[in-house]
Amino acid sequence: MSNRTVLDPRKALGAVALLAFALLLPLGITDPARLNFFILILMGAQLGVAWNIVGGYAGQVSLGHAVFYGIGAYCSTMLALSLGLSPWIGMLAGGLLAVVFALVMGWPCFRLKGHYFAMATIAVAEIVQILVTNSEFLEGAVGLSLPLDRSGLAAMVFLSKLPYYYIILGLLVVTVLVAWAIERSHIGYYFRAIKDEPEAARALGVSLTRYKLIALSVSAFLTAVGGSFYAQKEMFIDPGSVFVGAISIKIALVAILGGVGTLMGPVLGAVILITIEEYSRTLFGSTGSGTDMIIYAMMIILVAVFSPAGVMGLLQDLRRHLPGAGKTSETR
Amino acid sequence: MTADILLQVLVSGLLIGLIYALVAVGLTLIYGVMDIVNFAHGEFLMLGMYASFWAFTLFHVDPVIALPITAVLLFGVGIVVYQTVIRRVLKAPMLSQIFATFGLMILLRGLAQFFWKPDHRLIPDSLVSGNIALGPVQFGLPQVIAALGAVGVTGALWFFLHRTRLGTALEATAIDREAATLMGIDGQKMFALAWGIGAACAGLAGGLIATFFPIFPEVGSNFILIAFVVVVLGGFGSVTGAFLAGIIVGLIEVLGGFLIGPEYKTAIVLSLLLIVLLVRPKGLMGKA
Repeated sequence: MSNRTVLDPRKALGAVALLAFALLLPLGITDPARLNFFILILMGAQLGVAWNIVGGYAGQVSLGHAVFYGIGAYCSTMLALSLGLSPWIGMLAGGLLAVVFALVMGWPCFRLKGHYFAMATIAVAEIVQILVTNSEFLEGAVGLSLPLDRSGLAAMVFLSKLPYYYIILGLLVVTVLVAWAIERSHIGYYFRAIKDEPEAARALGVSLTRYKLIALSVSAFLTAVGGSFYAQKEMFIDPGSVFVGAISIKIALVAILGGVGTLMGPVLGAVILITIEEYSRTLFGSTGSGTDMIIYAMMIILVAVFSPAGVMGLLQDLRRHLPGAGKTSETR
Repeated sequence: MTADILLQVLVSGLLIGLIYALVAVGLTLIYGVMDIVNFAHGEFLMLGMYASFWAFTLFHVDPVIALPITAVLLFGVGIVVYQTVIRRVLKAPMLSQIFATFGLMILLRGLAQFFWKPDHRLIPDSLVSGNIALGPVQFGLPQVIAALGAVGVTGALWFFLHRTRLGTALEATAIDREAATLMGIDGQKMFALAWGIGAACAGLAGGLIATFFPIFPEVGSNFILIAFVVVVLGGFGSVTGAFLAGIIVGLIEVLGGFLIGPEYKTAIVLSLLLIVLLVRPKGLMGKA
């Protein structure tokens, strides 16, 4: 599949239709809890697409993305609390801080291959969680609350859920566009080369570490932006809500379920994951019962064993098997 | 006075370090034989702890007596995991392998939470309890027994790998899979065996610490990270390296917690990982 060519008109049309649907969706919703459900889907999708840049395209699985999410959340909140800066600026600052952190952690961690890189990312996230939990400057385990007195666009604080919906939709669109641009550019080719043929890529003079660092940095920036958004939406953050392993797992899950290395896979993954989460909660009571974990886990294992390309891959396989399509079904 | 405290700290570091070594040995064995990192390794330990807990609660079997049963049970779990999941991703892309054991990790945690509740549980009393005094230094007897047990199991594993036919075949597979296959060693059987032994080691570690450590579904998450540091420090795939590194990590954890503050001890151990990666990526006894 060559992506460098002109836009596929069918895909462009699909994207426009999907965006129009997302823009009009809130018009039919009056229940704030229902709207919140869709906000959660968009948040999950944004994080999943961001993760996919390093985990999917470059094939460097991070299971510690909560560290970037937390940096974003804490950076914008601290800047708002101490300097009164608008979270829009705080969001960018958080993204940049996450990039710096990604470069610092990537330097040693990218010496590890595959499985062990993934494990190292968990370790780094764990270290940061411990440091933040014990930091007096960041109010430790108590967490930070944003004041309710300022509201409006500049403060990114709203009484209704609707503005949050459109902001996260906008962030998702930007994130998807970044991923799409990478997919089409020469960087995207390098990423895939690193993932599929690292030795060949090295032999051709591609600096593996450099491109891995680029992938991690872009992904970190976008993940931190998602963290800042979360802080603004909840108005309260603590290490247990933004820095924990459960967040890292969820971010990776969204992309894995939907389909790693595909543009819209993580969006599909978020729809699936958040829906399961919501219904398992109403069906089986609290989240403490573990049912949602069991369902995700079964899905990941099934994906790993039968369809490494996730649900998106399954759909593509299905389309190939339909009459009128090509005969290239044996691509795996 | 301070020398006594230091001695006390060092000995408790050694005791817990031997447990870390036992957990890490299983992890490094599986990695050495088939280049797969088992993210669910901490969950094998968790299952070992629950095995002790239920043996005690339901059948009044002392955790020490239950150990052989735990080992057999977890050996079985390891084989089942290999046959149902791992075998199917052997030739799959690396991403699938990571997702498979990562999924297993979440599955086992979820199942434990579903069936046994997220509560922290304790085994109220055991055959071994109380303290022993060695001069001015005092140790909990359960900790000492656990450490001795860990040494025994690790030693037995070393003996098995180096002095028995089956163990040598396993080692041979770890060193060169293709050459081992040419010598008539059944690779599939060796892989299954590695999973069985690895799971049994982690389960035994869980059974050994069950008398003095709270038991809960996510208890494995901390141990897998520490075991991972041990494996990196010891050198990938090296059982002897893991044993030495386990002791070092235990000492650093307890000493660091003592000097800097107990809330930072895990962070200190995990930082050690980054230092090893920067200074000596192949670890103590690593091959490459």
